[in-house]
Amino acid sequence: MTEQLDAGLVAERIAESDQLGRPSDAHEVGRARRRKEDARLVTGRTTWTDNIQLPGMLYVAFLRSPMAHARITRIDTSAARARPGVVAVHSGQDFADEQGSLPCAWPVTEDILIPDHPPMAVNEVRYAGEAVACVVATDRHRAADALEAIEVDYEPLEAVVDMTEALAEGAPRVHESGNRAFTWKFAQGDIDAAFRDAPVVIEREYVQQRLIPTAMEPRAVVAATDGETFTLHSSTQIPHVLRVMLAMTTGIPEHRLRVIAPDVGGGFGSKLQVTAEEVLALLLTRRLGKPVKWTESRSEGNLTVHHGRDQLQRIRIAAERDGRVRGVKVELLADMGAYLMLVTPGIPLLGAFMYSGIYKMDAYDFTCTGVFTTKMPTDAYRGAGRPEATFAIERAVDELAAELGLDPVEVRRRNWITHEEFPYTTVCGLTYDSGNYEAATDRALALFGYDALRAEQAERRARRDPVQLGVGVSTYTEMCGLAPSRVLGSLSYGAGGWEHATVRMLPTGKVEVVTGTSPHGQGHETAWSQITADALGVPFEDVTVLHGDTAISHKGMDTYGSRSLVVGGVAVLSACEKVKDRARELAAHMLEASADDIEFSDGSFKVRGTAQGRTIQELALAAFAAHDLPDGFEPSLDAESTFDPDNFSFPHGTHLCAVEVDTETGASRIRSYVAVDDVGSVVNPLIVEGQVHGGIAQGIGQALFEEAIHDSEGNLLTTTMSDYLIPSAADLPEFTTDRTETPATSNPLGVKGVGEAGTIASTPAVVNAIVDALRPYGVHDVRMPCTPERVWRTIAEARSTGPAGTGGPPEASAAGSAPTSEGGLR
Amino acid sequence: MISAPFDYIRPASLEEACRALGDAEEAGDDVKVLAGGQSLLPLLRLRLAYPSALVDIGRLPEPRGVEDRGDHVFVGALTTHDEVMRSSVVRELIPLVALATATVADPAVRHRGTFGGSLAHADPAGDLPAVALALDCVFVVRSVDGEREIPASEFFVDYLEPALEPGEILVGVRVPKLGPGWGFHYEKFHRTAQSWATVGVAAAVRLGEGGGGTVEEARIALTNMGPTPVRAHAVEAALRGADFAPSGSNGAPDRIREACDRADEGSVPPTDLHGGPEYRRHLARVLTYRAVRAAGG
Ligand SMILES: Cc1cc2nc3c(=O)[nH]c(=O)nc-3n(C[C@H](O)[C@H](O)[C@H](O)COP(=O)(O)OP(=O)(O)OC[C@H]3O[C@@H](n4cnc5c(N)ncnc54)[C@H](O)[C@@H]3O)c2cc1C
Repeated sequence: MTEQLDAGLVAERIAESDQLGRPSDAHEVGRARRRKEDARLVTGRTTWTDNIQLPGMLYVAFLRSPMAHARITRIDTSAARARPGVVAVHSGQDFADEQGSLPCAWPVTEDILIPDHPPMAVNEVRYAGEAVACVVATDRHRAADALEAIEVDYEPLEAVVDMTEALAEGAPRVHESGNRAFTWKFAQGDIDAAFRDAPVVIEREYVQQRLIPTAMEPRAVVAATDGETFTLHSSTQIPHVLRVMLAMTTGIPEHRLRVIAPDVGGGFGSKLQVTAEEVLALLLTRRLGKPVKWTESRSEGNLTVHHGRDQLQRIRIAAERDGRVRGVKVELLADMGAYLMLVTPGIPLLGAFMYSGIYKMDAYDFTCTGVFTTKMPTDAYRGAGRPEATFAIERAVDELAAELGLDPVEVRRRNWITHEEFPYTTVCGLTYDSGNYEAATDRALALFGYDALRAEQAERRARRDPVQLGVGVSTYTEMCGLAPSRVLGSLSYGAGGWEHATVRMLPTGKVEVVTGTSPHGQGHETAWSQITADALGVPFEDVTVLHGDTAISHKGMDTYGSRSLVVGGVAVLSACEKVKDRARELAAHMLEASADDIEFSDGSFKVRGTAQGRTIQELALAAFAAHDLPDGFEPSLDAESTFDPDNFSFPHGTHLCAVEVDTETGASRIRSYVAVDDVGSVVNPLIVEGQVHGGIAQGIGQALFEEAIHDSEGNLLTTTMSDYLIPSAADLPEFTTDRTETPATSNPLGVKGVGEAGTIASTPAVVNAIVDALRPYGVHDVRMPCTPERVWRTIAEARSTGPAGTGGPPEASAAGSAPTSEGGLR
Repeated sequence: MISAPFDYIRPASLEEACRALGDAEEAGDDVKVLAGGQSLLPLLRLRLAYPSALVDIGRLPEPRGVEDRGDHVFVGALTTHDEVMRSSVVRELIPLVALATATVADPAVRHRGTFGGSLAHADPAGDLPAVALALDCVFVVRSVDGEREIPASEFFVDYLEPALEPGEILVGVRVPKLGPGWGFHYEKFHRTAQSWATVGVAAAVRLGEGGGGTVEEARIALTNMGPTPVRAHAVEAALRGADFAPSGSNGAPDRIREACDRADEGSVPPTDLHGGPEYRRHLARVLTYRAVRAAGG
């Protein structure tokens, strides 16, 4: 499995991207610029939170519960206090009066149960890994050593691991108030009519296994105070939201709290959180008057970074014999874990409107119950609700095709919204502004060589090849650009979905763009510079983008939900427009012309039909000098804008995956993968390409490799990367990517967002391919992740239970050894 | 991921290292040899091991390197996986070692991890123990009391337990050359490129005269099918005299397949998140067949 780096290929890629980078015209937007932030990020010559050293800094280590559910009966910290270098040792009791409760900003129903969530457990622990005590020491090694000297007595309580069991009568309770957090319902159209006498009904259950977000940079926090004000550096995606929430949680007045997200190495939703460690770091620095730092280890992270997915889905489709869908009914159980964190209960709701996918239908019915278990809370993870929805509908549509003996692409064609029908209001009530599913699908089929692969599949089936070939289709859309504030309000979310930008013209004509988005790997510094360069006619190099510090960027809603470009990028454009309006007024004054006669092109304001003009740089200097301004004109060209979108954006695309399944070992190998995405207009094709690649890899991770596994006591077994497998480049095929461009009509840039598309699309494409390969064996599903052992067992079980004659290709003796009940852990 | 405190000793020579180990031994200290650190450091950092001192031999000039010594090749314990893999002596004279080493982890680990460390660690999931067992290697170990030799069949005592006495250092391994007529293959099944073998099979096969002949002799050992690497004696015996013609070519039963179906005999496969015992037994049979076919083909 060792791949050799092919130097020729690398050179070719570089040449290719340079070619792309060459401006076809004067425009920056659309140009494949290499990211200006990358040199410092990849060389590490930058500020990661863990690099920060402050005078007198102390180090925090947390003692974490080894049990999923227990009462804390005694904590003795005296021996730890006596350890060398130890400055303080605290248990939850010490913080009980000041630590408050970690916030949940999305109470999805009126009667939702939101249990108290102490940052450090006081009397009871409810998941393995919950902090029960902490050591503050003069270095991190001493802090770690002293943890071993803390004595804690636990009285074990029953763990609640399984959602179905959690809801059963008499189940042990995670919280006194019960294990059902909420039930949220949504219905459109007459679902009973859709299912009544339906010629075909497909009913399936899918398991969205629990995932552990694995950002390159582990979480880290540095908190400091001068007695008056507090500064928190955190590896977070949401410095602005965090500041508000921390002020509310800790009682530190908002104006005396500054939150800084320095360079942040990835988040994928896991750093869209107000964490226990952030709160406790502030409380510790308040107590000790010294700066404190905490950086998690990878295994600590696997335990206590909020987890993702973890839903049980039941989906039912009612359809006509020709494959046309009448209605879809969905029942979900969503594992909340032990507490509701920032947006935990809202995650399934983000999927609730996506189960109709790209298809037309008359009725839809959705119910979701949030369930407490004694596990780490779940929350946003790349795609957040939408990958789950897309998986269920795309898997089920494939099942419908199989049931009807139709090609899976054909069934989709018979149901999808055609390009003439946009804007289209779906059964879920969303208005898809634009799209062209036909174009993306046709392009993908051509690139993939669909017909040739189907022919090879038939051949392999006929010759009973032990290595079978499967073809997986996924035609997805997603709602991005979170979000219109009024829609968030109608869903009971605690805040709005706008974004802010300030554009500052410096005296020398250079530009500072201040954005409320908080990049942590997405390349906003490059993309926002491209937008600004075009809008103001300044060189790309003359733009600096500032972000991630509430003292510099005072307003923002941060980065998640593929929102930054669609909302924040539009705010940048609109602030630039305001700067231009001011510059035009000043130019008119200086040129003694009417503002209506001033034309703007290539950075110059000219009197129409003359060569006479002023560059934007000259105007910036003139505004700075302020010697000769129009009456009442403030001496500044700066402008700000806060943009609140009217609608979501709806990227879409078609992903096709060919998988070879070795039926003897159960191993699945992705042979080819084609992704044709439509993310609307593209600001930077290289960035889009990077997001698509990473997204596909992560979706493949869910399909084939990743799962947080707990034993029956609720202990997490996948605490290291040798047990929680994430794919590396060596495990992935070359991706073939292409785009169709159907601009969004809901924003002036025509952009739709690309951060989550790959992850949303790829998981069902891969699993559909594996199931497709194994259909002759009587296999209808393989639970994720499709591990070799699980695939092997599924084949064997289908063989032993399937009707005679459906056993698929017979195999030689070695492969024919059927499993018994003697099994592994899964 | 911070290890508990330990003393650190970096001797300047092998003799000094032996002395340091001997002294620690006498003082009753729990001392460990540190070579490439690719297995030991993770154990320390996860606080699964608490040695009181480490004797770091990682930068010693010897025993390092690969030497052709007539009937065998001597591989110095401190030779890194990367050096082993690139050595033309290894590739030409003991190719099974090269084939297995190339599957170990990733380039970063292969540049630090050592041949000796891989074997002294006695991890049955490691790729090299099964190779050493299949090839009947001889382990050369040294202490203040002098040098002794341990055959591979006696070296792997139990899970992470080699036949090294306290105070002993592995200086190198004699890998017998198997002469002309032998074919080799290492078949590793793992879930990601960087992960350890779920099951691995080291195979050496010698066919009789003439193309597509019969198996004269075979040596098969399994990775991760028990607390130690496992020699598949039953398969070796059953393969002797088996016709190597491609299966089904003349309607005759595939004797190679039948022989390989005995691969899991005598194994005690572990259970972990990558596979239960039953699946591992099944894999052992499938992979042994593939390894034998590849080695003899
Ligand atoms: C991410 C990762 C993936 C890996 N994947 C694989 C894999 O797929 N296959 C595989 O085979 N291995 C794998 N390894 C392990 C790797 O091969 C190590 O190099 C090897 O196991 C240990 O060699 P080392 O020199 O690093 O030994 P160390 O870690 O330094 O020591 C290991 C043990 O051997 C002892 N020891 C070392 N040298 C001597 C000596 N000369 N005399 C006496 N005792 C000694 C030490 O005391 C210790 O107990 C992986 C390691 C990592 C970190």
